[in-house]
Amino acid sequence: MTADTKFTGQTFKSVGTRPLRPDGIDKVTGRARYGADIDLPGQLVGSILRSPHPHAAIRSIDTSKAEALQGVKAVITSADLPDLTNGNSELFDILDNCMARTHVYYDGHAVAAVAAVDAVTARKALKLIKVDYEILPHVTDVDEAVAKGAPVLHRKCFTQGVEPKPRKPSNIARRSEFGHGDVEAGFAKADVIIERTFRTEQTHQGYIEPHACVASISPDGSGELWVCTQGHFVFRQHCAELLGMDVSKLRVTPTEIGGGFGGKTHVWAEPVALALSRKANRPVKLVMSRDEVFRASGPTSATSIDVRIGITKKGRITAGDATLRYTSGPYVGMWAELGAMTAFACYDMKNVRTVGLEVLVNRPKTTAYRAPSAPMAAFAVESVVDELAGRIGMDPVDLRIRNAAKKGTQSSYGPVYGPIGIGPTLQAAKEHPHMSAPLGKNQGRGMACGFWFNFGGQTCTDLNIAPDGTVALTVGTIDVGGARASLALVAAEELGIPYDQVRAVVGDTSTLGYNDMTDGSRGTFSSSMATIMSARNAITILKERAAKMWDIPVAKVAWEEGCAKAIGKKYGNLAPLSLAEIAAAAPNTGGPIAGHNELVADGAGVSFATHICDVEVDPETGRTQVVRYTVIQDAGKAVHPTYVEGQYQGGAAQGIGWALNEEYVYGEDGRLQNAGFLDYRIPVCSDLPMIDTQILEIPNPNHPYGIRGVGETSIVPPLAAIGNAVSNAFGVRMTHVPMSAPRILKALDEAEEASSTSTETA
Amino acid sequence: MAQHEVKLWSALRPFAQGEASVRVKARTIRELFARLEADYPGMAPFIRQGIAVSVDGTLYRDSWDTELPEGAEVFLLPRIQGG
Repeated sequence: MTADTKFTGQTFKSVGTRPLRPDGIDKVTGRARYGADIDLPGQLVGSILRSPHPHAAIRSIDTSKAEALQGVKAVITSADLPDLTNGNSELFDILDNCMARTHVYYDGHAVAAVAAVDAVTARKALKLIKVDYEILPHVTDVDEAVAKGAPVLHRKCFTQGVEPKPRKPSNIARRSEFGHGDVEAGFAKADVIIERTFRTEQTHQGYIEPHACVASISPDGSGELWVCTQGHFVFRQHCAELLGMDVSKLRVTPTEIGGGFGGKTHVWAEPVALALSRKANRPVKLVMSRDEVFRASGPTSATSIDVRIGITKKGRITAGDATLRYTSGPYVGMWAELGAMTAFACYDMKNVRTVGLEVLVNRPKTTAYRAPSAPMAAFAVESVVDELAGRIGMDPVDLRIRNAAKKGTQSSYGPVYGPIGIGPTLQAAKEHPHMSAPLGKNQGRGMACGFWFNFGGQTCTDLNIAPDGTVALTVGTIDVGGARASLALVAAEELGIPYDQVRAVVGDTSTLGYNDMTDGSRGTFSSSMATIMSARNAITILKERAAKMWDIPVAKVAWEEGCAKAIGKKYGNLAPLSLAEIAAAAPNTGGPIAGHNELVADGAGVSFATHICDVEVDPETGRTQVVRYTVIQDAGKAVHPTYVEGQYQGGAAQGIGWALNEEYVYGEDGRLQNAGFLDYRIPVCSDLPMIDTQILEIPNPNHPYGIRGVGETSIVPPLAAIGNAVSNAFGVRMTHVPMSAPRILKALDEAEEASSTSTETA
Repeated sequence: MAQHEVKLWSALRPFAQGEASVRVKARTIRELFARLEADYPGMAPFIRQGIAVSVDGTLYRDSWDTELPEGAEVFLLPRIQGG
């Protein structure tokens, strides 16, 4: 990163306003094109045969009858996707997940695929494929997978991160540890210690648009892919590597995206569609059904977490210890590691230790879900912190303020913090009217903090000045939450022109250099930085052109309010030249005018949020309704405040669904029982209150405008905030997410039973 | 050239005889990684796969030209994934 990306404290005209989004009309009128909306001449329908077994060896696959069916143009198995990964285990796992090779590892694992003239023929063909399975023992539960005698998924899986190296294989693929100080000495200083085990069930991101793509491979080896994705450059890279193509010969065009939340950072069916197209020599459209999305894309982990925290009577945390077991599906990930890094990150602790265990199970491959792994860890830690506050009779906000991390604190995951924003979010929560509002009957209030890292990454943008002086901005990060509006505002700000003079689009992979994905809350943070630099480069050229038009030294030209202005006594009386005037003269002053930028946008800065939640629990049924919810989070600088608020509200809404309803339910047979939105219920409008937001603006010192990523942190506190609210409503500590009506009712019944037993004993 | 105490997260410690930190002379992240690869070859696969470097609390994942100021806290961490 170069010095000119530092925050300068400038004032803004466009940034911070709330204009209409440029993609809005297309989206509400149905004009916007999503993954399944792309159609090509001669296009075939692709469909995937999936394993009904959670764990089996593939003895053989007979595709002959399917190939003979009229209308079938290609049938593929793993033989059509040979292993070109050259020892890259991460890439091999992607390949094996896209198309099973020797074994299937979960209900829904792809084993073959067809391309046919229509969907009916494709379905018929799938039924004609005969797979001979040797069914193997399976395990889907996180605790059962680490128990003695559990079926082991991979005989070559010896736990990494353990010295000496284990001699026996297990389902614990990796162990990681973070922390500092002397934990046991810290517990010895505690007046109160609470130790509990928590569980959270597996959830899906629940994006409304399923995975969809159209693939077309030409006989000359070049190809095109239209796809809904959070990262078209990453998809290009992975697909090209898996298919043995030159990367630049595969052009990937991103469509509009109907939600991703991390689930579209990974290829699932795209390499299959490309392989089908290559074999059929025709374009192939492949759209996952909802059933397939649930069974065979990437949900987040199910977890089992042990937490132990000690505290003095005066409310100072003396030690914290946590062991976090996260399911990873059948392939190793870093999900428990992220949980271990984030679990205690909100607090200033002298003695802390976290251990993360990546657990392999016969479930779909875990992938990122919005601040991946942090919400579950926060649920466990924030629940115990809340219980400790109650135990010592201290206000939960005050307890957190007393222990909050600050500049100079050694974080629980290692480094010393620079300036951070948890303190202001807690102070804002303490002063928020929500905290002192009266509660009704059967209502409880909870609050919780959350932490996420945020990051930047490789980014480039093009800013082209049209002959009429309007501006075309091309960015390489996918717009998942209103980024085109925000980036147009940034370009307008820098150039000094109105917002409606800028049109921002997302370019395809042939248009721009490599861009990392829109993940890690990086889209607006990174692309705004590159947009500012592109605009500044364009302004340099605009000033040169104005100097030519005036025939004065370029040093005597300044750029102010969208115009070139001549400066100094000698030239100061020249009338300013507008951007439109300079653009119109461009053919004779040197040709087209553009600004480009390529950079690595590091320095995103960590992010904190504090949430407050009121719930009402029906004691007869256990049904819980969130009646009031407030999100407080630092945005650095809110470029388009409406979309920042939208991110805050969206994260909270997803967290509410996760906390109260959503879970993958597996049967004894290892099959997913609720692969659809009727049985896997995400919240709808009637389930939610209006979610209040408070944007704090503490500038990020590593961004010219002070911008921070805002997309992920808002999903971290809700599980704990709701858990604390439910627990506070009835004095029953909830330790299992989702806190569905049956679980709450059971907890209430058990508490009542315990209470009556103790009364009888007394 | 300044010598830094480079702190390691747990996965890297086995390649440094179990130590929680190593001392490395380096002006930039690039030089730091080159030195680590030479002195602790077991860390090379991690560096190739991606390591995040915290310099005085700011995380750098790709900016290998970032300078390491004298006395700065340098902490190596896993390359974080996001959603």
